[in-house]
Amino acid sequence: MKKVFTDGLLKNNPVLVQLLGMCSTMAITTTMFNGVGMGIGVLIILTCSNIAISLLRKVIPDKIRIAAFVVVIAGFVTIVDLLLKAYLPALSESLGVFIPLIVVNCIILGRAEAFSSKNSVARSAIDGIGQGIGYTAVLVVMSLIRELLGSGTFGGGLLNAGKGIRIIPEPFPALLIILPFGGFITLGCLIAFVQWRANK
Amino acid sequence: MSITSIFSIALGAILVENFVLVQFLGICPFLGVSKKQDTAIGMGLAVTFVMGIASLVCWLVNYYVLVPLNMEFMQTVAYILIIAALVQFIEMFLQKSMPGLYLALGIYLPLITTNCAVLGVVLLNTQKNYNLLESTVYGITGGLGFLLAIVLFASVRERLDASAEYPKAFDGFPVALVSAGLLSLAFMGFSGLKVW
Repeated sequence: MKKVFTDGLLKNNPVLVQLLGMCSTMAITTTMFNGVGMGIGVLIILTCSNIAISLLRKVIPDKIRIAAFVVVIAGFVTIVDLLLKAYLPALSESLGVFIPLIVVNCIILGRAEAFSSKNSVARSAIDGIGQGIGYTAVLVVMSLIRELLGSGTFGGGLLNAGKGIRIIPEPFPALLIILPFGGFITLGCLIAFVQWRANK
Repeated sequence: MSITSIFSIALGAILVENFVLVQFLGICPFLGVSKKQDTAIGMGLAVTFVMGIASLVCWLVNYYVLVPLNMEFMQTVAYILIIAALVQFIEMFLQKSMPGLYLALGIYLPLITTNCAVLGVVLLNTQKNYNLLESTVYGITGGLGFLLAIVLFASVRERLDASAEYPKAFDGFPVALVSAGLLSLAFMGFSGLKVW
């Protein structure tokens, strides 16, 4: 049980090791607010969908399982999307189209196919939480690096009335790191770092 | 509704707001199927086709079924079902008539369903309130942008495999990501390009 949980954190991290869910990882990690918000959203949806699919695993016919999984996931995503629109409109606006796109986040479908369709409800729930935390951790690290280098602040959207705490003075941050280029490079370097650690 | 606005949507989707390199949509197939140029072209064409048809069908379903029934909150679920059905249809078609391409695309063909560029373009169409023609144009040209990006990237990766020196830790995905980053830097040169 403990292994199921810790696997998702590092050894089998969804982004850095399984290389899933790249789109959202690179697209939204421009401020800490986005990173944390997206991470927790995916964590909740992943846990719920893992539980639901594990409950349904004996009912769903093998042939149409992918379609069935997608519908279950889309249901949870719609719930979270509507809740965010109602209670956290700022987050909903800044993540934009990437909230409904959680439906096609490969992490969730991947865990459904590889884990929760074959395991008990309790194990699937733990797996969902572990993988979700692993994903959130990567998002937070990415957004910390990109926000610090790109806008020179810490905790943008969360601290200091949403403006974040300025660490690098105004003219110096490299805006490029916030742009798509920075997303590719930062994630590339992070994965390279993990590979370097693994090879040592 | 004029030719210029259609042209401006097309230009935006292909270059200025390229789906892969600027909007970060469809990264998985972009990194997964770009090892060889032939398969990259096949994948790009298949995605373009799905994006065009999906934009058209989803627009019709949204405006003639969901909006009259006041069920806009079901958009995400409805769209993903339409896309899944379309991809299934294309899979059967390719298997019968183009078995070579079918084998080359392999696992990535059913994965077009979970390609966020496809769901992304449909959601963006709704978000931007495009009409039927604009939606279809945005879908097709967005797909062409994907095709352009993946073909360029496949050529870069072929060169990379043949002759490139980089630290061992960057082997595989990291070096691909860094090259994609440089490609996206090149596409930033198009920002500011506008047709009025």
